Parts: sequence; C-alpha cells; structure tokens
Amino acid sequence: MIWLLDALLAGWLLSLMSGPLGSFIVWRRMAYFGDTLAHSALLGITLGLLLDVNLNVAIVLCAVFIALVLASLQRQHIIPSDTLLGLMAHTTLAAGLVTLSLVDNVRIDINGYLFGDLLAVDREDLIMMAIGAAVVLFIIARMWKGLLAATVSEELAQVEGYPVAKLRLLFMVLLAVVIAGAMKLVGVLLITAMLIIPAAAARPFSQGPKQMAAIATVLSMFAVALGLIFSYEFDTPAGPSIVLTCAFMFLMSQLGHKTFLAKHAD
Amino acid sequence: MNDYLLQLRNATLSRQGRTLLSDINLEVNAGEIITLIGPNGAGKSTLLKMALGLAVMDSGQRIVRPDLRIGYMPQHMHLPETLPLMLKDFLALAKGFKPNELENVCKRLGITSLLTRPMQRLSGGELQRALLARALLSSPQLLVLDEPVQGLDVAGQSELYELIAQLKDELNCGVLMVSHDLHLVMAATDRVICLNGHICCEGHPQAVQQDPSYLELFGQSVPAHLVPYTHHHDHTHEDGCDHSHSHHGHDHKTEGDQK
Repeated sequence: MIWLLDALLAGWLLSLMSGPLGSFIVWRRMAYFGDTLAHSALLGITLGLLLDVNLNVAIVLCAVFIALVLASLQRQHIIPSDTLLGLMAHTTLAAGLVTLSLVDNVRIDINGYLFGDLLAVDREDLIMMAIGAAVVLFIIARMWKGLLAATVSEELAQVEGYPVAKLRLLFMVLLAVVIAGAMKLVGVLLITAMLIIPAAAARPFSQGPKQMAAIATVLSMFAVALGLIFSYEFDTPAGPSIVLTCAFMFLMSQLGHKTFLAKHAD
Repeated sequence: MNDYLLQLRNATLSRQGRTLLSDINLEVNAGEIITLIGPNGAGKSTLLKMALGLAVMDSGQRIVRPDLRIGYMPQHMHLPETLPLMLKDFLALAKGFKPNELENVCKRLGITSLLTRPMQRLSGGELQRALLARALLSSPQLLVLDEPVQGLDVAGQSELYELIAQLKDELNCGVLMVSHDLHLVMAATDRVICLNGHICCEGHPQAVQQDPSYLELFGQSVPAHLVPYTHHHDHTHEDGCDHSHSHHGHDHKTEGDQK
C-alpha cells in the first residue's frame, strides 16, 4: 500500500504542474510540440546513463535542447511545422530506443519508460518532484501576466515591452521539467495526455484563464487518484489507467456542459 | 521641426529571397498623423512591423527615441476558443497603467458594458475598439494602428477617425496608421505615404491624389468629395515619381519636415 501512496503523491505533484502548464499548451496550440519534447525524453535517459548524470537533470537538459532546435527550425519556414514536429518526435524516440539498447552495461525496462512504472517511484523521485513542482508553480505565478500576454499575442506583448523571447524559453524549460516529472508516472508516450486532457475538460467550466488552470489541476488530481485505484483493483498499468480516467472526465465535462447549455437555453 | 519619435533610414526587408520593402525612409513626429496607403501586398503591415521592431530588416536603420512608449493596434487578433478571456482580462494585460485609466479609456471608447464579455464573443467593431483601448492603456507617445476602421460602417469609420484625431491632440502623440485606400483617409491626416514595395509618393492627401504614381496604382476614379481636406501644397514632385526608377530623388519628405 505504501507504494500506492507514493505514487499518489507523485501524481498529485505532477498535477500541480501539469494543470497550469497544460492549460498554456492548449491555449498556445502546442500539443504536438509538447509531444515531441516528451518523445525526446528517452534520448535524455540514454545520455544521462552514458554520461552518468542524474536522469531527471538529463531529461530536462535534453528536452530544452530539442526545444531550442525545434524553435530555430520552425523559424526557417522550409518544412511545415507539423511535418517537422512529427519528424523530430519519432526520430528522437527511435534514437532513444537504439542508443538505449547499445548501452550494454545497464539493463533497462524500456516498457517502464514508455508507459510509466509506478513501482519505480522512490523517495528521491518524490523529493525531486516536490522541488520541481514548487519551482514551476513559483515561476508560473510570478510570470503569469507575461506568459498570458505572450499567449494572447506575442506581437502585442513584445511592443508593450514584455520579454517575449525570454518567456518563450522559460516556457520550454518549465515544460521540460514537467516532462521529466511525468516520465516515471505515465511514460513518454502518454505525457501529453496528462497535459492537455484535464485542461480541455476544464475549459467549459472556466470564465477566466486562472480559473481554467485551477480546475484543470483539480481534475487532474482526481484522475490520478481514480486511475491509481482502478489500476490497483484491476491490476492494470497505472499510466494508461490515469490517462483513460482523464479522457472519461473530458467526455463527462463535454456532456455535462451540453446539458447545462440546453437547460439554460429555455 | 521637432524631435522625431521614430525613424527608418534606407530600410530594406526581404523574405525567402523576395524583396518586400526597399529603401524606406520614414520619420514620425509627435502630434502628426501619417497614413500609409497602397494596394494589397504593398507591404503596409510589414512596414508597420518594421517600425515596431517586430520584423527584422535586412539593411537600414531603425532609430527610436529612448524609452518611447508605443501603443500598437494589430490588424487581426485570433484568440483560440480554448482560452477563456473576458475583455477586462485582456485589457489588464497591458503594462503599467493606473486602475482609473482603464475605466477612463473604456468610457471613452464606449466598451464599459462589454467588460465581462468573452473576447471571442465581441463583434468586429467591438474588437477594434477593444484593441484600440489596449493600445491606449500604455499612454503611448506613438500610436501604430493597422487598419483601425476595418469592418466598420461608414458612420463608424468617421467616428473612429475623429476619435483618433482627438486622442492625438490630447496625448500629443504621433500616429502611424494603415488605411486600405485614400478615399477613406481621414481629413486630419498630415501626411499620406503611398506604398508599393517602396515609397511611391508622399505628401498631403490632396497632393498625393494628383500624383501620377498614385493614379497609376489606384486609377483616376477618386471621388474627391470624400477627402474634404484641402491643403496648400508646399513642394512639388519634379521627378514625376515614376515607379521603376531608383528613388534617390524621393527626398521631398525631409524637405517637408524641415520647413
């Protein structure tokens, strides 16, 4: 049972970060961008193992690097953005898988990284995630106005004197931290779901951006708890169970909203 | 005449090997309204973005008065449906304004009753006023407006032009704006710049209307009654403003400014 509690704690710490950040991803239409960064996390792990640095740090650094490469390639306008993102996502994932198999002195459960492995969440991870969540929340709270202004219109924000380029970089770093945090819980392939589904589910009930971020966080925490219980009861993989719970909540929120609208239309 | 707010010198900008703007010389002074006109694809919005520092030029200089406060009203604002944002939240994103300023600006533009309306539910005209309000909140010394009257009916257009002229006098700010054609250029415009990849001709509305390069771009059918402003013409275009020549003769702008 104690591992379940650890997993729950880890999941909730993740929700605290993914709620607000996921909302920004939805507003900025960056779901595929986030997905690409998530795919690159496996490459980060390999590099971390090869260079013998802390894996979380390696994931963050690798994701930030990929984000910078993407940002500069997107400015070229030669390859369309979606093609570029798909190309990078799967290239980095393949590179991660190949290099991981070449590191022969460590045996690694690749499944655990792809789909999450709750049993692997240890105290050290929890501490790292708690620090990560505190830093991410602190930065988002401090930079909220600028981040939102740049989301609404980068050009307007830049003319008004917001440090738009710095904010963009900051957002990528925050995203990288969340990806590193989500990796053990839901795995590389499902991280984006944790970011965008709770935010999308929160949208119909939100009047303002802060409210949406808060509701997304709460919904995400609910989904983590329900998903973990489900996973424990029926012995299903935890990450996918959490994501399915998120999706179910999204469905309910859309239906609930439609009924709400229908009632108020009379 | 007085200190300039912003200057572009020999500015050239190209994208993907195509020159969009070449050899642009522009100076905006306080208390002056400059209107850019030109056909579609003439580079009007691009020139504004260059003046704002949003588009990086390939060569030339952009000189801005130190600590210049600019209010920018973009042509479009597409907010995703996923972002719940009321008008008041949108306006609050402006930097460094005092609380009663927001109230005053909204009253001035008649958008007070819309403050709790989601941005996505504003009509075209309401959105125009919302964007202008946001631009005004930075108490600008320079207002840059990209087609401020688009989507408005004729009455709304003249109303908004009048308001811009009033605001210019109150704030003593410079105004640089784009209009889709000279027919609708407001009477209070001090200087019209006719743009088609380069500056074809410039001067007071009346003068530009008779300029051969203007006529070449827009044709002869200019209903003169829509530009009731008549003005004494203090310089002439000796070179005839031919399109294809190399434009070193186009220095009459500086003559005008030094008067």
